[in-house]
Amino acid sequence: MIYLQLFLSYLKIGFFGFGGGYAMLSLIQHEVVIRHNWISNSELTDIIAVSQMTPGPISLNSATYIGYVVTDSVWGSVVATIAVCLPSMTLMILITRFYLALHDNRYIKGAMTGMRPMILAMIGLAGAVLFTRDTFSDWISWVIFGVVFLASLKRVDPILLIALSGVAGYLIYA
Amino acid sequence: MKYYKPFQLFWSFFKIGVFTFGGGYAMIALIEKEVVGRRQWVEQKEFLDLLTLAQTSPGPLALNTAVFVGYKVDGYRGGLSSVLGVVVPSFTIILTIALFFSAFRHNHVVEAVFMGMRPAVVALVLAPIFGLAKGLRAWQLACAAVALAVTWYVGFSPVWLIVVGAIGGLSYAYYAKKKGKES
Repeated sequence: MIYLQLFLSYLKIGFFGFGGGYAMLSLIQHEVVIRHNWISNSELTDIIAVSQMTPGPISLNSATYIGYVVTDSVWGSVVATIAVCLPSMTLMILITRFYLALHDNRYIKGAMTGMRPMILAMIGLAGAVLFTRDTFSDWISWVIFGVVFLASLKRVDPILLIALSGVAGYLIYA
Repeated sequence: MKYYKPFQLFWSFFKIGVFTFGGGYAMIALIEKEVVGRRQWVEQKEFLDLLTLAQTSPGPLALNTAVFVGYKVDGYRGGLSSVLGVVVPSFTIILTIALFFSAFRHNHVVEAVFMGMRPAVVALVLAPIFGLAKGLRAWQLACAAVALAVTWYVGFSPVWLIVVGAIGGLSYAYYAKKKGKES
């Protein structure tokens, strides 16, 4: 049952999605590319590119997109998007209710401290999985990678960087 | 004229949803302006606490903030309204793209554009690692490196990284408390 699989995968992505977009990326990769083979790695890379240039968090965007692609129906998008939102909604409502009690809790702080290096590892993993031969097919792609990497460290706007690389791609490859 | 609260929440977070390009921290200023400044749903100090809590909880920051503010202003109904506000813009745009993208994907111009963007995406994913690593101690960086290598070679789900990290942090907090009591 594809809808159930989709729902469970995105529920998992939502529930363990600590550390924001890029950390969630490794969860998305694992479920969608490695485990279920719903889309290819370069298709996921394309979704991230599109996601950078359109409003909304990557996890939501990927849920909507992959839900549609996998089921060929709008309902797939609806199911995956609801699934990825559910854990956030439930946990945030609990957190809001126990706001004061949780505010300075040493165990929550401890868990967060322990998770911080892991979030770093997850981002590294997401990046490592994206290093495919399809994406880095020639020296030009390495140049684009290097320039964007350095520009991003200098805090150049990521939307601009993606757009410029798209233009470069058009001029070089088309 | 009296506005209906869930509608106000929906509309405020709809605007936030439309303008949160790239997600993450760019929109914090926007949320603050709308929620603290314009609507005065949350006080300045509470907003800072809210950010910490929204980062503690899994899921995108925009969504977590929406739940908190909506629930605080108007209970479950408010939470749902503001979540819909955040979700609807990105859902509509991405669905539209999904409907047409597969038809265009193999067009050679589109393919060329994406060939340029793919290495850029990898760079953008990896670049924040440097900023995040600055806040960590050497042993934490070593943990991250080992965790990354093991996950990469064994191929298990990154979910386990989160689980192991949380358990490790909790045990340390428990141990630190016990030790503090004894001495």
